[in-house]
Amino acid sequence: MAGSLQEAYELLLKSRQSRILAGGMWLRLGSTPISHAIDLSRLGLDTIQKTEDCLEIGAMVTLRQLECDVLTREAFSGILPTSVQSIVGTQFRSTATLGGSVYARFGFSDPVCALLSLRARVVFYKAGEMDLETYLASPPVRDILTCVRIPLSSQAASYQSLRHTRTDFPVLNLSLSRDEQGLHTLSVGARPMKAMRCREAESCLDCGDTEGALQAVRQLPYGTNMRAGAEYRQEIASVLLERALEEMKA
Amino acid sequence: MTLTFTLNGRKMSQEISPDESLLSVLRRCGCYSVRSGCDTSNCGICTVWVDGHAILSCSYPAPRAEGRSVTTMEGVRDEAQDLMTFLAEEGADQCGFCSPGFIMSVLAMLRELKDPTVDEMEQYLSGNLCRCTGYNSQHRAIVKLLEKRRDEHHV
Repeated sequence: MAGSLQEAYELLLKSRQSRILAGGMWLRLGSTPISHAIDLSRLGLDTIQKTEDCLEIGAMVTLRQLECDVLTREAFSGILPTSVQSIVGTQFRSTATLGGSVYARFGFSDPVCALLSLRARVVFYKAGEMDLETYLASPPVRDILTCVRIPLSSQAASYQSLRHTRTDFPVLNLSLSRDEQGLHTLSVGARPMKAMRCREAESCLDCGDTEGALQAVRQLPYGTNMRAGAEYRQEIASVLLERALEEMKA
Repeated sequence: MTLTFTLNGRKMSQEISPDESLLSVLRRCGCYSVRSGCDTSNCGICTVWVDGHAILSCSYPAPRAEGRSVTTMEGVRDEAQDLMTFLAEEGADQCGFCSPGFIMSVLAMLRELKDPTVDEMEQYLSGNLCRCTGYNSQHRAIVKLLEKRRDEHHV
């Protein structure tokens, strides 16, 4: 149990086998030997706060907090709660943390896809603040994620996913937001690779070219795994984008 | 290391291994309602409450429970009795293996959502898997429990 972020950081650097404990939901499925499991649960990283220009979500905020907190429900058309509510079950979400999902950059992650479309930024103890998109593309870092900051500029947003069953991993997820200048940000995740933005589709949407955006979103790289094939995902991507646009229109 | 926590209202200290799960500690403390199912955070059978929140004890590191209040079905026996009766009457308790975890989730739900809709119920309880019942009988049991509670409230 770390008493401070500095102590946690020193422990993390002590050994290559040291690991930061987030929710711990995947611990039983991993095979990596762990010499020091560093618990951040007593460091006050479990709060959600609204500042003048962003919503700041601590790394140890649970997915359940994200789902129920009044600030997350009211902001960004409620896509943060929507993005997590199909994840396993209530008990799972009561322990799994946002920091765990974001730091691990899981391809199947629902909240990472939603956060990317909201142009979220991640804050590390040593490396400081960077945008989530940069972090998703960067090599693994030995650092501690302390919080996620989401600018309040998004005016409307929609999160869509397709799943075989309600609590399964997504076959594909897609998140779209529009800011006060009418500029769109579109991310697609569970491709099954990690979420990425589709800039071509964003430009089309900014100009009101919906057909172009639907074509562009199909051009992202998609892969095949046990849940779906690449071609199926390609088709579904444009369906999810249509649904997102419908929802935002409403 | 020594874990000091409150278990079903009683303060206690227990010697634990730092890499132990809460589930294993609870069973060592004699709480046999807490069972290991999938052991990978999926099935909900090991559900207990920590500080009033339903969690999966198979994946909850025991040292994290230091100073916290843990509740298992042994600690809410009276509250569980009504629900158990309805579960039995509706044929929702077949092999019974998942029942303690399910009951802990339902009781947590009823504390959080006073009068849940069927949709909210399904959403809340989606993390409790049952191979026997197909869930309809369980939902009927909860609806009947809610009706009974509403009647009592009106009386």
